[in-house]
Amino acid sequence: MRTAHRDHPNYWAFVVHRVSGVLLALFLPVHFQVLYMGLNDAAQFDKFLTWTHLPIVKAAETVLILILAAHLTGGLRLLAIEFLPWRNGQKTIVSITAGLSLVIALVYLLNAA
Amino acid sequence: MSRETLTVAVWRGAEKGRYQKYEVPRQESQTVLDVITYIQRHIDPSLSYRFACRVGVCGSCAMTVNGSPRWTCRTHVDKVLDDTGQLDVAPLRNLEVIKDLSVDMTDFFDKWAKAKGQFHGSETRHDDFSAVSPDSPQRKVASAGIECIGCGVCYSACDVVAWNKDYLGPAALNRAWTLMNDERDVAGIDRLKAVAGAGGCQACHSQQGCVERCVKHLNPTGAIAGLKRATAIAALKGQLK
Repeated sequence: MRTAHRDHPNYWAFVVHRVSGVLLALFLPVHFQVLYMGLNDAAQFDKFLTWTHLPIVKAAETVLILILAAHLTGGLRLLAIEFLPWRNGQKTIVSITAGLSLVIALVYLLNAA
Repeated sequence: MSRETLTVAVWRGAEKGRYQKYEVPRQESQTVLDVITYIQRHIDPSLSYRFACRVGVCGSCAMTVNGSPRWTCRTHVDKVLDDTGQLDVAPLRNLEVIKDLSVDMTDFFDKWAKAKGQFHGSETRHDDFSAVSPDSPQRKVASAGIECIGCGVCYSACDVVAWNKDYLGPAALNRAWTLMNDERDVAGIDRLKAVAGAGGCQACHSQQGCVERCVKHLNPTGAIAGLKRATAIAALKGQLK
C-alpha cells in the first residue's frame, strides 16, 4: 500500500518526536542506574567514568544529545503551535528545529573530542 | 506506459478487493476523473465511483491517487504520475468502502454534527440583518475556514482518524472553529464541550496532513489549535463542567 499522504516534513517531525521520546524513555532507567552508582559505589563509578572516555561511548553520547535536542526542539515547536497564535511557514520551523538539534549535538561533540 | 495509453490500477471490490489494471487513451490536460470516467463508459460499466460538478465545487469525487487523497476532477494526470508512469486509484482511506471507488461518508458528516457544526443564532426573521465587519479580527479567522467543500480529503489524510475511530477529524473541527468565531452564533460553550471530550481537538497530533492535502488550502491544524486554546481557557474558567 502506498503511503504518500505521509510524505511531508511535518509528518517526519511527528515521527522524530515520537521515536526520540521512546528512545529517551528507554535510556532513563540506565541514567538513573548510573546516578545510583555514583551515590553508592564510588569505586565502580570511577571505573564507569573511565569507560565513558572511549571514543565509541563519546559517539554514542553525541547521538543521545542529538535525540534529546530533537525531542526538546520538537516539543517546543508543538507547544508553540498549541499555545501561540498560528504562524505560517511550519516547514521552515521544522527545518529550524532540525538544524538547531544538529548544532547542539555538534557543539557537544566538539567539546567532548 | 506508451505515449498513447496510460496504465491505471483501479481498486475493485469493497474492504476486500484487488487492483485491476486498465489501459486508457492518453489525452492532453487529462484529469484523473477523466480517466475513471473513460474506464466506466468505455471499458467496464460496472465500475462504481462518485462525482457531480467536475469543476472542484461539490467535493464528491475525492479518491486516493498514488497513495494520496486528492480531488480527482482537479488533479491532472501529468502532475501525479510517478517515475514508473503508473496511476493507482483507490477509494478514500478511513471511510468504509461501499464498492470500488465509492465510500460511505456517513461517519464523516455525523462527526460534523457531533462537533456541533450547526449554526445557532439568537435572532429571528423579524430582526434586522446582523452587521458583521469583514475586517474584524474574529471574522477574518472565521472567513479563513469557511470555504470547506466537505470532500473528505483531510479526513482521509489524517493518521489520527485511522488510529482513533472516535476522533472527530480535521473538517468537523475546522467547522466548529469557524462557528466559534462567528459573532452571531450563541452555542459556543456547548460546542467547546462537544470538541473537548475524548476524540475531540486534544486528540490531534499536529501532523498537519490535513493542511498539506486540503484542496482548498485551508488550515484545519490551525483551527484545531485555536479550539485547543479556547477549550483550555474555558476549562480554567470552569465553563466545561
